[in-house]
Amino acid sequence: MLSQYAFVGVFAIIAVALPIIGLTVAQLLRPKKPNPLKNSTYECGVETIGDTWVQFKAQYYLYALIFVVFDVEAAFIFPWAVAYNKLGLYALVEMILFVAILAGGLLYAWRKGALDWH
Amino acid sequence: MDFVRDLFVNLANAWTAWISGFMPAWLATLVNYLVVGILLVLIPVIATLALTWMERKVIGRIQNRPGPNRVGPWGIFQGIADAVKLLIKEDIVPDRADKPVFNLAPLLIFIAAALLWTVLPFGRGLVGQDLNIGVLYLVAIGSITTISVLMAGWSSNNKFALIGAFRVVAQLLSYEIPMVLSMAAVVLFANSMKMGEIVEKQIVPFGLALPLAMIIYILAAIAETGRAPFDLLEADSEIVAGYFIEYSGLKFGWFYIAEYSNLLAVSAIATTLFLGGWRGPGAEAAPALGPFYFIAKTILVVFLLMWIRGTWPRFRIDQMLALAWKVLVPASLANLLWIAVVVKLPMPAAAQWAFALAGNLAILLATLTMLGRAAKRYAAA
Repeated sequence: MLSQYAFVGVFAIIAVALPIIGLTVAQLLRPKKPNPLKNSTYECGVETIGDTWVQFKAQYYLYALIFVVFDVEAAFIFPWAVAYNKLGLYALVEMILFVAILAGGLLYAWRKGALDWH
Repeated sequence: MDFVRDLFVNLANAWTAWISGFMPAWLATLVNYLVVGILLVLIPVIATLALTWMERKVIGRIQNRPGPNRVGPWGIFQGIADAVKLLIKEDIVPDRADKPVFNLAPLLIFIAAALLWTVLPFGRGLVGQDLNIGVLYLVAIGSITTISVLMAGWSSNNKFALIGAFRVVAQLLSYEIPMVLSMAAVVLFANSMKMGEIVEKQIVPFGLALPLAMIIYILAAIAETGRAPFDLLEADSEIVAGYFIEYSGLKFGWFYIAEYSNLLAVSAIATTLFLGGWRGPGAEAAPALGPFYFIAKTILVVFLLMWIRGTWPRFRIDQMLALAWKVLVPASLANLLWIAVVVKLPMPAAAQWAFALAGNLAILLATLTMLGRAAKRYAAA
């Protein structure tokens, strides 16, 4: 059981090592001639105006919020789905209630126009 | 003959027996882990070399042109030529970039892409580790991609990259929900999260019992891998290349490898969950056939995704989000509840299959009808 995760750990180390080895090899092979013009931001050929890290559209944030609600739900659904056969009829009723509350939330967001792109 | 019938597992057992002869058990286990890990970590690289060639050929044929045909016979060495080019290309880091995050993002996206291969079963007993939380593991590792893409877009300090990163948040998060819900329907039906067990339970592929879940999964998977028609995050005609615009050389290469590895991985997951994985005629008697069935089915799904990419125009962002939240999420929720009801009905397995299929088709029909009406309203407005 635990040794299974030991494999995941070993595999993760190998997966970290491969790109690092690749980048090291590339560093030995590739040319390195930086100059200010080359290192400027690649946008449209002239000097970039203003800061990039500015305030952004709040709509993206709304989607992230709705996502969090449903993602927590997903974390609840998986154990429910695996243990479902052992839980009796109560599990079904419970999940119907749970999904109904979530669907209500989704409907609310929908009606409020949170799902429309302005 | 018996040895050949389950060739790969027998070879692995013979290898383990051989190395156990001259080293302690823990060292033999470690060596086995290292060998399997190195084999698995090479899959993304091989997938990229093979699939870039295949994609160019397929898209080329769809667009009525031959595709790559200069490097080697039928251009099969084109991918290797590109790999060498990426390896010896100068690495440009923009002065205004947030350098630690900028350098970390390609590593993280590759790690996420490689780790997905831990739980995918290539055949009976041919799996990195058949974790008992397999499906949840896939979801968890898959969501690391979102973080690394956001890191790349934000740290580049480039407005195009930032717009790409915002679109990533909107798109990958939105499509993760229907993807997770359709996977949960399979978990509920198979009553297990173990990938190996899910395959064992598919005497008939789940795609025939849960066609709606399969369609939702494949649509969400296209969006999760950021391919056309959901390629808003790297829409080349709008924001040049999106989040990896400032990357060059091998750092770009890791993004590229992760993209193709994810393409193959989502196809392999679709194969495992819906198309019966390594099962096929004769695979019961001769498990050595399993990997060939698995790869053939996976390539078939990959071809389907390429076909979709070659024929559909790109979605607009409002259409893309509306499809996720107003069509796929309600449909997959309804599907999940229906499967929950069906599994609780006291019936033989065959009847449950039939009920699941009927419910799936009914939900699919209802969804399509509502979509048609919405399209008419949209056209009239």
